[in-house]
Amino acid sequence: MNGAQVVVEALKREGVKYIFGYPGGACMPIFDALLDAPELELVLVRHEQGGTHMADGYARATGKPGVVLVTSGPGATNTVTGLLTAQMDSIPLIVLTGQTITPNLGKDAFQEADIFGVTIPVVKHSYLVKDVNELPKIVQEAFHLATTGRPGPVLIDLPKDVVSAECVSSFPENIDLPGYEVSMKGNADDIVRAAHIIMESRCPLLYVGAGAVGAGAAKEVLELAEKLQAPVTTTLLGKGAFPETHDLSVGMLGMHGTAYANKAVVGCDMIMAIGARWDDRITGKVSEFCPTASKIHIDIDPAEFGKIIQPDVSINGDARLVLQELIKHVRKLDSDSWLKSVASWKKKYPLKYPKRGGLRAQYVLDELDRLSESRGIISTDVGQHQMWAAQFCKSSRERQWLSSGGAGTMGYGFPAAIGAQLGCPNDLVVAVVGDGGFQMTLAELSTAALQRVPIKILIIDNRHLGMIRQWQELFFDQRLSGCELDGNPDFVKLGESYGVKGFRIRRAGDVTKVLKKALAYNDGPCIIHAEVVKEDNVFPMIPAGAAVKDMLIEKPKDRKLEKPVGST
Amino acid sequence: MEEFTISIYVNNKPGVLMRLSQTFARRGYNIDSLVVSPAVDHQFSRITVVVQGDPETLDQILRQLNKLVDVVHASHHDPKQSVERELAIFKLLVGPEKRSEVLQIVDVFRAKIVDITDQSLIVESTGSSSKIDAMEKLFNTMGLKEMVRSGKLVMARGTNQT
Repeated sequence: MNGAQVVVEALKREGVKYIFGYPGGACMPIFDALLDAPELELVLVRHEQGGTHMADGYARATGKPGVVLVTSGPGATNTVTGLLTAQMDSIPLIVLTGQTITPNLGKDAFQEADIFGVTIPVVKHSYLVKDVNELPKIVQEAFHLATTGRPGPVLIDLPKDVVSAECVSSFPENIDLPGYEVSMKGNADDIVRAAHIIMESRCPLLYVGAGAVGAGAAKEVLELAEKLQAPVTTTLLGKGAFPETHDLSVGMLGMHGTAYANKAVVGCDMIMAIGARWDDRITGKVSEFCPTASKIHIDIDPAEFGKIIQPDVSINGDARLVLQELIKHVRKLDSDSWLKSVASWKKKYPLKYPKRGGLRAQYVLDELDRLSESRGIISTDVGQHQMWAAQFCKSSRERQWLSSGGAGTMGYGFPAAIGAQLGCPNDLVVAVVGDGGFQMTLAELSTAALQRVPIKILIIDNRHLGMIRQWQELFFDQRLSGCELDGNPDFVKLGESYGVKGFRIRRAGDVTKVLKKALAYNDGPCIIHAEVVKEDNVFPMIPAGAAVKDMLIEKPKDRKLEKPVGST
Repeated sequence: MEEFTISIYVNNKPGVLMRLSQTFARRGYNIDSLVVSPAVDHQFSRITVVVQGDPETLDQILRQLNKLVDVVHASHHDPKQSVERELAIFKLLVGPEKRSEVLQIVDVFRAKIVDITDQSLIVESTGSSSKIDAMEKLFNTMGLKEMVRSGKLVMARGTNQT
């Protein structure tokens, strides 16, 4: 077998079904080898960034690693945004990049990029393969690294002469990585110490993140919450790790979280992070974040302990296994009056939006959630529509919510939805995108049409970069700079030119009728173009760098807001 | 800012140093010295790094280093619990008339002369970094032209693992 055939063989051994790829000179031997492997389906994308996001969406929706195959140079550098997106959100990806032949490395050969060097900060690990006989071991290790511990993207750079050479080594029996150890079960003493702290709490809050989704811990989170009678808040990426339809759910917390989740953060006497990393979008001003509450932190990655928040107890392990053990050491808490307070906040500060004054994005999303009975896989872009979708589209199970959280990658939502639909052909998949982000990766309309994936592309079009406009309105004296998207295409006609069905929503009165029609359309992808009001704001809001207690429920009428001091 | 000596046991592979230096740089740590050499088992290398940084993030940096797949372990060394050495060579432009003065200093510091011409001397010295610093200071007043320091080497005392 030559190196390319080894790569293909390795992918088959790992049970890979789809390869999101784009060819080029340096990776032609691998594309050639793919022809002899009918069990691997090549999804020919239109841009490598789109391909990487598709693989990411596939991974988030299925829990299996997504695989990308691109060429050297620009092909490889086009995956960098996708790698960052996956690295920030701990998504397992394998990115195979072609490379110039080894004698040319470092000589500015045609389409040469030092992609190993370029991507070091945005991968979990990476390889530049110099010897074909190392390939079986490397590909095997790459899958192991991408999918175990804290998952992440792994890049393998494959020089053309290496994949063309004959390989005489075979796949090793064991994986030997002396520098890679994953603590799964958590230290028993730490778990007992955590249980003691929990049992002293009267106002507990479980704060559940992507780590719980990655570990498949939804059942355990539910069991723990019900046993303790503790409210649960999920992060943007933790959506679905606890059903948002459950009485104990307070929805998402943080910058645009629900008012009642943030009030619970301020009021709790114990907060337990389960696979969540105290992101700045959640803590706001760190020095004022839950100053008196006890803090417990469960994480598979020990480097997260004490990075932002110093916990009273940290448990290094897999969320599912740790919770299984922890559940044995706790009982129902005396939390009745706390639950009453939380319930009263829910009643007093519900998520809401104006019913009048034109078509509202929130209403479209609220209706989408109602009509789909919170069952669809929602893949979003980044911005206002993302936050509204997070607020109004409830997740009832894990892997139903795909969104670029850490990186905040515009252009993610639509290609990710294609990957998700390929991985979950029987699920309803909706890409909720803005007019800005959609235009960053809309070339994949060809891919979606060719694959005939019945995704619904819901474009929330306000002819603006809405979140930028919101900040400029609130914090920059309404001085709008670079946020108006003049020159948007007619998205329905655009879709037509790709053979993609289109629907328009212009008035609130059309929403239910059109959404129903679009949701029932399954003959390939469709675009739902919702022309929403230009000026609307996402609330509640904790301005960047402000304390959680300083959350704004709505735009203050009587005062000007200071420019935020927090990062972005 | 404080100075820390960190010892790192890594896979002996290309690219490892890039990952390490990137981890330090991202957290605002400046590398003062760095020594890489093969370990007893040649599949691994030992790296000793002296860095300047914020003591509050030291634990974090160690965790982030340990997280790297190619890092087997990384730890901070307390000078009291470890042997620390550094090698330096100094080139001084001195003629025969000032040689005896230099030789006196060399003697006091138990250093060695390893090269001599009628215009110059090369002095070799091994010891703690502070000893090397002290020699540098003295030689500065007597024609120090070049100095090359190995960077600090560290080994844990007794049976403790470095």
